[in-house]
Amino acid sequence: MIQENQEQSLIFERSEPGRISYSLPELDVPETIDILPQSMLREQQAELPEVAELDLMRHYTALSRRNHGVDNGFYPLGSCTMKYNPKVHEDVARYAGFAQIHPYQPESSVQGALQLLYELQQDLAVITGMDEVTLQSAAGAQGEWAGLLMIRAYHEQCGEGQRNKVLVPDSAHGTNPASAAVAGYETITIPSNEKGLVDVEALKARLGDDTAALMLTNPNTLGLFEEEIKEIAELVHEAGGLLYYDGANANAILGITRPGDMGFDVVHLNLHKTFTTPHGGGGPGAGPVGVKKELASFLPRPMVRKKGETYSLDFQMPQSIGRIKGFYGNFGILVRAYTYIRTMGPDGLRAVSENAVLNANYMMRKLAPYYQLPFEQHCKHEFVLSGSKQKKLGVRTLDIAKRLLDFGFHPPTIYFPLIVDECLMIEPTETESKETMDYFIDVMIQIANEVEVTPELVQEAPHHTIVKRMDEVQAARKPVVRYQT
Amino acid sequence: MKHRYMPMTEQNRQDMLKTIGVKDIEELFSEIPASVRYQGRLPLAEPLAEPELVKHMKRLANKNASFDTHVSFLGAGVYEHYIPSVVGHVISRSEFYTAYTPYQPEISQGELQAMFEFQTMICQLTGMDVANSSMYDGSTALAEAASMASAITKLKKIVISRAVHPEAREILHTNAKGLGLEIIEIDTHNGVTDIEALSKASDEQTAAVVVQSPNFFGAIEDLAEIEKIAHAHKGLFVVSTNPLSLGLLKPPGEYAADIVVGDAQPLGIGASFGGPHCGFFTTTKKYMRRIPGRIVGQTVDEDGVRGFVLTLQAREQHIRRDKATSNICSNQALNAIAAAVYMSALGKQGIKEVAERNFHKAHYASKRLSQVRGVEIVSTSPFFNEFVMKLSRPVSEMNEELLAHGILGGYDLSRDYPELKQHMLVAITEMRTKEEMDHFADVLEGLL
Repeated sequence: MIQENQEQSLIFERSEPGRISYSLPELDVPETIDILPQSMLREQQAELPEVAELDLMRHYTALSRRNHGVDNGFYPLGSCTMKYNPKVHEDVARYAGFAQIHPYQPESSVQGALQLLYELQQDLAVITGMDEVTLQSAAGAQGEWAGLLMIRAYHEQCGEGQRNKVLVPDSAHGTNPASAAVAGYETITIPSNEKGLVDVEALKARLGDDTAALMLTNPNTLGLFEEEIKEIAELVHEAGGLLYYDGANANAILGITRPGDMGFDVVHLNLHKTFTTPHGGGGPGAGPVGVKKELASFLPRPMVRKKGETYSLDFQMPQSIGRIKGFYGNFGILVRAYTYIRTMGPDGLRAVSENAVLNANYMMRKLAPYYQLPFEQHCKHEFVLSGSKQKKLGVRTLDIAKRLLDFGFHPPTIYFPLIVDECLMIEPTETESKETMDYFIDVMIQIANEVEVTPELVQEAPHHTIVKRMDEVQAARKPVVRYQT
Repeated sequence: MKHRYMPMTEQNRQDMLKTIGVKDIEELFSEIPASVRYQGRLPLAEPLAEPELVKHMKRLANKNASFDTHVSFLGAGVYEHYIPSVVGHVISRSEFYTAYTPYQPEISQGELQAMFEFQTMICQLTGMDVANSSMYDGSTALAEAASMASAITKLKKIVISRAVHPEAREILHTNAKGLGLEIIEIDTHNGVTDIEALSKASDEQTAAVVVQSPNFFGAIEDLAEIEKIAHAHKGLFVVSTNPLSLGLLKPPGEYAADIVVGDAQPLGIGASFGGPHCGFFTTTKKYMRRIPGRIVGQTVDEDGVRGFVLTLQAREQHIRRDKATSNICSNQALNAIAAAVYMSALGKQGIKEVAERNFHKAHYASKRLSQVRGVEIVSTSPFFNEFVMKLSRPVSEMNEELLAHGILGGYDLSRDYPELKQHMLVAITEMRTKEEMDHFADVLEGLL
């Protein structure tokens, strides 16, 4: 019997020579290995574990019990939109007609799959207010990179290849500057003003004929809507730049407002956030990219087209930036997002955003008396608090996060955005009930009280998890990244 | 509105609005200027209740020919292998699939340990020192390998074989635009990389020599010779491989490869019309700190209990921003778990046995097909589970006709190699029975 508070053996430590967990039919053809030169053969077998099937299941079941997902409890991780992942999506994505089809089958044999992709392209264009959408990118960061390559291709086509700077607010996700660098751009940081919004005067000062694009998240990572978005868009466009929308935070805008109408030229969405596809412990996700028609010819190939009642893959895109990922994107994830849109319909999607915003504002107002609220205006799908009051008492935001673990919560995002001291970024999502949020609020209030009365209780947290705080310094200094006997 | 995914009752809503101090939800959106507010309803299809939804989705799925309805001879980077039942059961555990990246190790030990085990198994198969916890797919992993080689050597020229998967090369070309890489493609000779041409093209300016083995045509490359060329100058030796083949073949690590990448799709991951699959990325100890993507390391907690954390994060975008080694901040964790479960299920014996099955069956098929009138087996080099044959008619035409016989024919090589008209790439995995292969040959005989 494995005790939950002890270390879990590695599967290699459960291995016993001679045990197996697979079965194969009788071989019905002759053996032919001897035609291979000896030099090409593996001499030493790969040391994979040898376990029986029950041991294998017990091992992975034990591991799963040492993991916290949305189905286990509240997960208000800001900017990650940890909403419920509908179970019917998991069933649908496993239908043989979706899961067991090959990307190189004749188009006539995958009309259902192509129809799904085509309709999803259309739906996401409608939702974002863009003209065309590619589904190829596997994640938000890949979407950003693809979007920037299209922006680059556009400027080059206009004879303005000198535009080599991408402007990014200081509240932006870390992927924005990293993607800009991989796309060959230099990043300029634009400061936020005292309201937590883009400082328009500072933006003006940095715009010029070297501006390729402004990357913006709206609502931004503080959960605030950029009220001056129209003016910002005009300024960037007047300077000859384009506007990129980081759709990581799209959960507040469904049917409410559209990036295309705000003046954005390129948008990516994270289907694993707004559109309920599971995060899978870090992936797979999907990060479709929408563009206005001026940029449509640069989209990655292939695109799915419809002619009459027939769907096909269009590879004849001479101006395309090319391919960014194998095949047609993370199809299995796209199936789930499509299923979600068909479940919700236009009113359902709008209700998602309304409830997400309602939940976030409710939590924000309830917690404001206990933790510093840096920005007073209504938030959208998420909000930030500062642990600065608690810091003065010697308790850090990290400690508060760790204390939350004792109550069965996944903590909020911490220390991001970088511009708020001791930041806690909270995103409840629309799928949480008032009771769940009230319990979390009560615990947060209790922790605020503990900080004043028994700070060591918070500083030494967590107390009830299967392991305590990890020595991350040792992990990085003397990396052990594989098992060795 | 009432919806099963949204628990808010009207009473809840009223209470919450009161707490916030606004009269309605609309007021919470008051910062959004009227000029950018969306008026009316989005023109999307009306919602479907779950029973209708399931019916609709089944109808769509049933319009596709699947491995359940057809016998497949398609490979070209995506393979139909048997996926043991345990794989689906493990990755259906919602503690795994509804979690996010393990930022809080105290409540993510399961995920972290599973990734650590995945990294170990991938190192075992490839013969390399270090693996990351996975990448988007094999093709993007290859492009990341090229940019890592460029960053290490501070050189811009990538020499790559034309026998590397065409899509991987295409992605590399896309990447090259942002990074300013120069890509030199090397022709093939008898279905393998032209060694002489490769040698001529690699020089002092070369950041990496990149090959795939078994290559796109199924053939096993002469990695020993290629390694000499790659390491004759300062460049890195990058090998893309099919991980299942390494149950049988000598791993690239034993040929002194600096970076080995590939896709773990053959290891228990469904074809899914091309994704999601699971790229893997491995390197040597020397370059451990230059590896892109997430990596899990072992450590101890305050009480000295063994545990796991995301490590070497100083390389990553959320800390380094524009100085990061890559912009990638996610992986394909769930599929990496699928691959780890698959490798555990097969184990030391099974991986060898299944790899051998693929080899035996593919060689039976090539022999059987060589007897068909109108078929010429083109592959002359040793191959793993895929080979090339020339038909007396165009492949795309043949494949449409094969469909009617319940067969998904092989890959039409003329799509990417204009010189290979009427050439079909045939993949044979352990799934194909002798009977199915004989039937394929008989049907071809009738059509050619």
